[in-house]
Amino acid sequence: MSAPDGEPVIVADHLSRKFGKLWAVRDVSMRVPRGAIYGVLGPNGAGKSTTIRMLCGILDPTSGKGRVVGYDIASESEKIKQNIGYMTQRFSLYEDMTVEENLKFYASVYGLSGKAKDQRITETIEQAGLVDRKRQLAGTLSGGWKQRVALASSTIHRPPLLFLDEPTAGVDPVSRREFWDQTHRIAGEGTTVLVTTHYMDEAERCHELAFIFRGELLASGTPREIIARRALAVALLEIDAAHTVRAAELIRKLHGVEEVNHFGLVTRVASRGLPDPERAIREALQAAGIALTRYTAASPSVEDAFVSMVREDLAYAAAKREQERSSHKPESHVGPS
Amino acid sequence: MRRLLAVAWKELVQLRRDRLTFGMMVGVPLMQLMLFGYAINTDVRHMPTLVFDQDHSAESRDLVTRLENTGFYDVTGYVQDYAAITKAMRGGLAKVAVVVPPEFGKSLREGRAARAQLVVDGSDPQTVASATNTATALAAARSIELTTERMQLSGRTGPSESISIEPTTWYNPELKTAIFVVPGLVGVILTMTMIMFTSMAIVRERERGTLEQLIVSPVGRFELVIGKILPYIAIGYVQMSIILLAGKLIFHVPIRGELGLLYTLASVFIAACLALGLFFSTIAKTQQQAMQMSFFFLLPNILLSGFMFPYEGMPRAAQVLAEVLPLTHFLRIVRGITLKAATFPDVRGELGSLAIILAALVILSSLRFSKKLG
Repeated sequence: MSAPDGEPVIVADHLSRKFGKLWAVRDVSMRVPRGAIYGVLGPNGAGKSTTIRMLCGILDPTSGKGRVVGYDIASESEKIKQNIGYMTQRFSLYEDMTVEENLKFYASVYGLSGKAKDQRITETIEQAGLVDRKRQLAGTLSGGWKQRVALASSTIHRPPLLFLDEPTAGVDPVSRREFWDQTHRIAGEGTTVLVTTHYMDEAERCHELAFIFRGELLASGTPREIIARRALAVALLEIDAAHTVRAAELIRKLHGVEEVNHFGLVTRVASRGLPDPERAIREALQAAGIALTRYTAASPSVEDAFVSMVREDLAYAAAKREQERSSHKPESHVGPS
Repeated sequence: MRRLLAVAWKELVQLRRDRLTFGMMVGVPLMQLMLFGYAINTDVRHMPTLVFDQDHSAESRDLVTRLENTGFYDVTGYVQDYAAITKAMRGGLAKVAVVVPPEFGKSLREGRAARAQLVVDGSDPQTVASATNTATALAAARSIELTTERMQLSGRTGPSESISIEPTTWYNPELKTAIFVVPGLVGVILTMTMIMFTSMAIVRERERGTLEQLIVSPVGRFELVIGKILPYIAIGYVQMSIILLAGKLIFHVPIRGELGLLYTLASVFIAACLALGLFFSTIAKTQQQAMQMSFFFLLPNILLSGFMFPYEGMPRAAQVLAEVLPLTHFLRIVRGITLKAATFPDVRGELGSLAIILAALVILSSLRFSKKLG
């Protein structure tokens, strides 16, 4: 609300955070436009939570700066706190309080009072479908329900910006789906949402994405842009069941093939930079006398793009380490370095 | 303020759900009261002693010197009336007073029995035993000496008892253990529950992840800390009332001073305990650690504060340590008010010490409790 119109809700410039000797986050920059659902993807320990904490103003960056809802993350964190909602993977509810009591508490914490508070609580309980459970102790709810209450608690004050840190970790698929519906409803009401996840299928539900791996931002953009930029070719093969393992070995050896996976009877191949994947695969299998029943080209997913980027990054890091090692004296690994 | 009350309300709701904790808060004071109803005895040396010498003779001075030489009595001052003795005892500045009547020396010189009075503060059990036993033993020994001297000089037998010291115990003439223990128990129970429950209160939020949620919210550091503490202050007062009431009904422990004064001053002590609990909670990572730290801290409190063993009987180093404990000062206040009808001027010094400890703890825990992570 205090951010001038047109300014992104989150502006991060070269954020870095070091814990001891370890860089948890290194040189991360991002722009999150108003009203977007912005997904931050990456495996566990990639630095997603550290990034969120810096953006909430509860962790100071070692270097870099950022503005969130128009306020500086280092010097105006208290102002940021009034304008954001925050929900963690642990659904921080008071388990020995009822659903309604939890909502009441967070409503007061965010400065609501009197009639407005009661009204907002009733409204939230209805919207989140919690009417029947409002007098139940939060600790006795199942994971999916806890998650609903947590989401309702963190949006009780209608924040312009909502942070969701791994909100669907450990939640059943049906609840996950419902959760995403709720998230889209909240975004539809004008709240910008920043969500972290390591579920790749959830990435496609976001308007924009950022990939974080080993503390660094590997890519960002809309899901379509990210997939297109990676220029992957994906094919679904149907091969005689007796030869699938042997066929996978052969295909993996082809230059440009990044991944071969089995999905039941279908073998999925992702390749990059192969001029004609169909011809290359057919030739390789024919030479070995394996019959290819069917070849279908498929569209690559966000997961394909991410896995491909991670592989490249790991290969690059390994090559760099190898280079460093060989440039040292051979005895150097004998003693403690 | 609204947020502060929200935090306080939330604590009360959670407390009501936690039946075990709630039961402990009421049960522990009663249980301890029964357990500690019967105490232990040890020797006490260096008791601060006042001298009210109405005789000013060589013999009276000799008696005082001999008392001092036992090592049990440290003469801290000379007074001219009983009122001064009362005042010093209420403030805890004197535990014993020797009153030598006029003509003490004359009686001795003329071979008649001479009597002196020993006033002892009965609010401290070991003091009474040590003070009276030592003085009466000294008097007996001196009497034999004098009798022997006289016999050698004159060859006659004199009275078998030429000096007698008559002990008078003030505040607790019947020497009932419960009367020493119950007021002190108020302080011990408050220390235990206040420190334990507050230290766990913050750590519990951290363990369950709700602290992080609060840190990201607009609740200020002050609102969070005071809001969490407020309900426990109320509980502290309930506990105090339970002990005093049960003490009066079951053990007939008198409350001679102003209850209002006691309840007012207790707030400083309770606050100090809570601040200490908060400080522990900034160090402990789990509820178990917080619990252990509280128990670890409780031990020196029971041993050094004067609850079990008199302050005067402790070595210097232990006394210095005891001065840092809030309980030491509160025990003097609570015993002073309940047993000796001490008034505000009598306990002003102890209150000052408590206030200093409180200020130090509040600063320390605010510095440690940061609203930033990492």
